[in-house]
Amino acid sequence: MNWLAPDINWLGLAPEILIVLVGLLVMLLDPFLSASRKQILAHLSWVGVLLTMLACLYLWDSNIDNWEGMSLADNLSLTLKLIFLSGTLLTIFISSFRSKSEIHGEYYALLLLATFGMMLMGSSTDLVVIFLGIEVMSVALYVLAGFNRPDPRSGEASMKYFLMGAFSTGFLLYGIALIYGATGQTNLVEVADYFYSSPTDLVLLAGIGLLLVGLGFKVASVPFHMWAPDVYEGAPTPITAFMSTAAKAGAFAPFVRIFLHSLAGLSASWSPLLAGMAVLSMIVGTLLALVQRQNIKRLLAYSSIVHVGYLLLGLLSGGAEGGASILFYLLAYTFMQVGAFAVVIYLGNRGEEDLSLAHFSGVAVRHPVAALAFSVFLLSLAGIPPTAGFVGKFYIFSAAVRTGHVGLAIVGVLTSVVSLYYYLGVIVYMYMRDPIELPARRPSVALVMGLALAAVGTVEMGLFPGNFLDLAQQSVARLLGS
Amino acid sequence: MTDSILSLVVFLPLVGAVLIAFIQRSQTEFIRRVAFLTVLVTFLLSLYLYFKFDPQSQAYQFVVQKDWIGSLGISYYLGLDGISLFLFLLTTFLGPLTILSTWTAITEKVKGFMISMLLLETALLGVFAALDLFLFYVFWEAMLIPMYFVIGIWGGPGRIYATIKFVLFTLTGSLLMLVAIIALYFINQAYTGTYTFSIPELSRLVLPLKTQFWLFWAFALAFAIKVPLFPLHTWLPDAHVEAPTAGSVILAGVLLKMGTYGFLRFCLPLFPNAFLEAVPLISILAIIGITYGAMVSMMQKDIKSLVAYSSVAHLGFVMLGMFALNQQGIEGSILQMINHGISTGALFLIVGMLYERRHTRLIADFGGLSSSLPVLATFFMIVALSSIGLPGTNGFVGEFLIILGAFKSNVTYAVLAASGVIIAAVYMLWMYQRVMFGQVTNPANQGLKDLNKREKLILIPLVIAIFWIGFYPKPFLSKMETSVTSLLESTEAKLAAQKEGKTYLSNSEFEMIGVSNNK
Repeated sequence: MNWLAPDINWLGLAPEILIVLVGLLVMLLDPFLSASRKQILAHLSWVGVLLTMLACLYLWDSNIDNWEGMSLADNLSLTLKLIFLSGTLLTIFISSFRSKSEIHGEYYALLLLATFGMMLMGSSTDLVVIFLGIEVMSVALYVLAGFNRPDPRSGEASMKYFLMGAFSTGFLLYGIALIYGATGQTNLVEVADYFYSSPTDLVLLAGIGLLLVGLGFKVASVPFHMWAPDVYEGAPTPITAFMSTAAKAGAFAPFVRIFLHSLAGLSASWSPLLAGMAVLSMIVGTLLALVQRQNIKRLLAYSSIVHVGYLLLGLLSGGAEGGASILFYLLAYTFMQVGAFAVVIYLGNRGEEDLSLAHFSGVAVRHPVAALAFSVFLLSLAGIPPTAGFVGKFYIFSAAVRTGHVGLAIVGVLTSVVSLYYYLGVIVYMYMRDPIELPARRPSVALVMGLALAAVGTVEMGLFPGNFLDLAQQSVARLLGS
Repeated sequence: MTDSILSLVVFLPLVGAVLIAFIQRSQTEFIRRVAFLTVLVTFLLSLYLYFKFDPQSQAYQFVVQKDWIGSLGISYYLGLDGISLFLFLLTTFLGPLTILSTWTAITEKVKGFMISMLLLETALLGVFAALDLFLFYVFWEAMLIPMYFVIGIWGGPGRIYATIKFVLFTLTGSLLMLVAIIALYFINQAYTGTYTFSIPELSRLVLPLKTQFWLFWAFALAFAIKVPLFPLHTWLPDAHVEAPTAGSVILAGVLLKMGTYGFLRFCLPLFPNAFLEAVPLISILAIIGITYGAMVSMMQKDIKSLVAYSSVAHLGFVMLGMFALNQQGIEGSILQMINHGISTGALFLIVGMLYERRHTRLIADFGGLSSSLPVLATFFMIVALSSIGLPGTNGFVGEFLIILGAFKSNVTYAVLAASGVIIAAVYMLWMYQRVMFGQVTNPANQGLKDLNKREKLILIPLVIAIFWIGFYPKPFLSKMETSVTSLLESTEAKLAAQKEGKTYLSNSEFEMIGVSNNK
């Protein structure tokens, strides 16, 4: 049997190659730098991310087939990559260490490699490549979750995430195996073709169901969310921010490809399941977030489950509108969620960011700017205009109403009302209670920059969403255009 | 000038807020002055709008329209007609007075307070001027946040409960309205092929009855919570009692009018059939509100909550007049919105002045104040009488027109509502008697300082407005007449078109009834 070298288009893979090279470079340089100069690695990382973003922009509208139809550099994948990279960039900025000697090169290298995994998912059109991307991302995240070694909860988070992650990977892999068994294909287009010809193939349906479960775990949608609060609480705060935004967006990429595009015509068979997941995520996440007063990270973790519900609603709406609304919301969510965690880091005491709501008492008096920024992020998460969160929700709900999911949209708006209650709760503490003493410290320049960037993004997308909406619509126009 | 004047007025308070953000926190006096100057200039500029307003024209005036989010058909679109003009002016008029009233009442976190008040004013002005439904919604919701802070930070002891209740009540209604707005947007697209949130454009739709029913109630719920219509009023006494004086003035004076304005601007022209069907239910709720509000007022121990419950009664009148659906009723309803803003605003200001002197608002703590506070007592008397609707004051004209309108459409409603006027006289005069007359029994009530210059300066414009509207309402009524007529005519036209089975009014019909918007 002759082995033919696959036809690889290196240009389309430029962003992926770039980010891997930077990641490897960081790892290689690490041993050669003295502890006081490790800061260079952080700078190298964010410059690398920026370059990768430029590479993505350069490839805009090129629609390159990377290799034999398994991976595409189309506008959808490029926009997804830009969203992941924005999350990574912000995470690098808000990562702060107790002292320079604690900076580890692996931290940045793993961040970049996790991003690489997401980017693979973003462009993949083949189940095997999707699996590859998920594993690259997840393995890097398992390590990162446990990075706060002095804290046993960090270890617990890592272990829990690893076990649950491995478990969900099992589902995913089994689903892929069943699909392959039924169709003899792993390519999404061909799987879809087979499905259209025999839509009642039970093996295939079971495969798709398992795929849904596996992906549901990764995005932490109810009922596959149990791991999320513990992991989000225990992981170092910047990593929590990263997991709840970029990693979530990464896991949404295959959702978009598979359910909005490949299997769009067969929505009757999967949409009831997705609708159930969406409604449960919105309701259960909201109810659980209501009672979180002990730990702000847990509150944000549960609230992130609600946001998954909104994103699933966009998925259900389908079509170009639904796809564009998901992309817009993912970017808006990246800004506001990372921003919120950045404030938690700002107010926390380096690594000890397990702030209860009481810790926020009177923050407005001592840190007026941080309190203002936090309010903007929280109000945006609650979907109050004029912020990115409002436009995002508006877009998602309008896609839902348009496709006749009025009931789901109403569940969405009602949970938004309840969610405002717990977001306002934090604001009540910050502005309406007497201040308590927290150990004060100077935030790093990078943290302030990350915070500012997130705030500007949140407000900009709220006041002038036009360009972002156009971008989102262009990204899906070719794939899902009507 | 005419192109940008409206934007200028709407956003000037925002500019002031940004300026104040750059002033040091400790410079409280300077901050107060900048805030006052900003709202004063805003008011003076808005007077220009009043004089330039052409009472003959049926179209929206001072229109600005620019693309905002082009791909969704959302535009930055402002304009005023005879209905919104006066609510707009009421907002700018109350602005300087409220800021002036906080000079000594708000001494902590002055910077944050002034920024909140200025942001609030921009949002409120935007609500009344917006002609794009999306823009309207943005202003409508954006208003919540500064009000939330004003009650929650500078309010009384129960402020946190009150402010969260206020926000959650309002938001529940408005988010359901958002779903209805989105639905309307797509229905319009299905009928006409264009995506737009423009209110004049959407007003051309003639919707099927069932659609009208659902959309009407989604909008109506949001507005009824804001009005507040009985039984959705429970947030109001809490919010009013806990809010600082300036917050109460804006809350009663302007915020509640967003609800009644919404009914008139959206529910009537967009869903006329559903509106007609809702007349009995809403009229009865309005009458219950009038009598219930008045009776509960009578029993209040706290002057501020008395005034708060009286708002429920007054707004009941506004709703009743509007749902009479005739020229007198609607004009009376709009005028009564203004009157309530002036009279109740003045009442809250006076209660605030009493509170600054005695640090209590309980009626039982007062008594015989008129001997030491003759000037305040006089102002209080005038305002109380105007709130009751004594002839010669603004309240009379409004209530008279409303009852006249109600009489024309349904005699029973009119009689029931008129009896509410009597109870209003009881609670207001009884309260006045207990606070101002009689012997001074409490030594703390002796030797209080009468009004100073600043306080007189606050109340004089309000009293002038009370008598002006009371004796000579023509300048007000004449400017709203054309718009009200055309609103009623377009409603008639839409009801007729509904019978003929049309889906939207054609260009010629549209221009004939004059709601068109040819600049």
